[in-house]
Amino acid sequence: MIISLDHYLIVAALLFAIGSIGIFLNRRNVIVILMSIELILLAVNINFVAFSQYLGDLVGQVFSLFVLTVAAAEAAIGLAILVVYFRNRGAISVGEAPLMKG
Amino acid sequence: MINITALLFYVFSGVLLTAALMVVTSRNTVHGVLFLIVAFFNAAGLFILAGAEFLAMILVVVYVGAVAVLFLFVVMMLNIDLGEIRQNIRSYSLIGAFIGGVLLAELLLMGIGWHTSPEAFDLTTAPMAGLNVSNTQALGNLLYTHYALAFQGAGLILLVAMIGAIVLTLRHREGVRRQKVGDQQARQAKDSLRLVDIPSGSGV
Repeated sequence: MIISLDHYLIVAALLFAIGSIGIFLNRRNVIVILMSIELILLAVNINFVAFSQYLGDLVGQVFSLFVLTVAAAEAAIGLAILVVYFRNRGAISVGEAPLMKG
Repeated sequence: MINITALLFYVFSGVLLTAALMVVTSRNTVHGVLFLIVAFFNAAGLFILAGAEFLAMILVVVYVGAVAVLFLFVVMMLNIDLGEIRQNIRSYSLIGAFIGGVLLAELLLMGIGWHTSPEAFDLTTAPMAGLNVSNTQALGNLLYTHYALAFQGAGLILLVAMIGAIVLTLRHREGVRRQKVGDQQARQAKDSLRLVDIPSGSGV
């Protein structure tokens, strides 16, 4: 049997769903939320690459590269914010994040 | 008869999805990061199967080599109290499963219901078919010509992220003497040197 575009789309959809469930499941742990966002962006990348292969168009891979760039920048900034938050509060649980107001 | 490509696809995607599930459900965050690394490796395998070799290598180098290690570093640097975090996972699991299920159902319905317009294949802006070069070279040819501006923008995003991360995490501790290069450079003889006339025979 041949691996078609649909196979990639189903894998990407499952990965996207797992990532979005992870955000709700670990609402208090920012690190796992950031990792779930990475998984979601990975699912988007799989879609880009699969469609690029299916249509024979290289532009999908170019855009996937840009998505990778943004994801890396987002992880770096998110973790930096997390380090500052931990330094101020001594914990990373975001349940009391409104304390940061004012 | 299942061929080797299909077998590899199922192995890669199976391990990818299992590792992703372990990322979001593992009790220990360090284990979660390690499962994330596994997921990235298997996604790189899927990329190679889809013919995107350069992106697969970038995924391994950037994600496994930089982002996942950054996660690991932060997890180990922050002393995380897991008991505080895990206490009310139950209260959100139901709504999380509901929203995830709805998203998955929508995506799968989309996956079943769509079809490609026949003209779509003629509208490709950068066709791969006639190229006689490797994936990396083709991507470079495209990236440095038609997408040069976007490429510069991506570099700018990384620069802003780097400056932002440094600005956020930099702190000046009290009681630490730092080298001030500007002050050192601006220092002149007349500020620090004083000539005193001392009559001979008497002390200072």
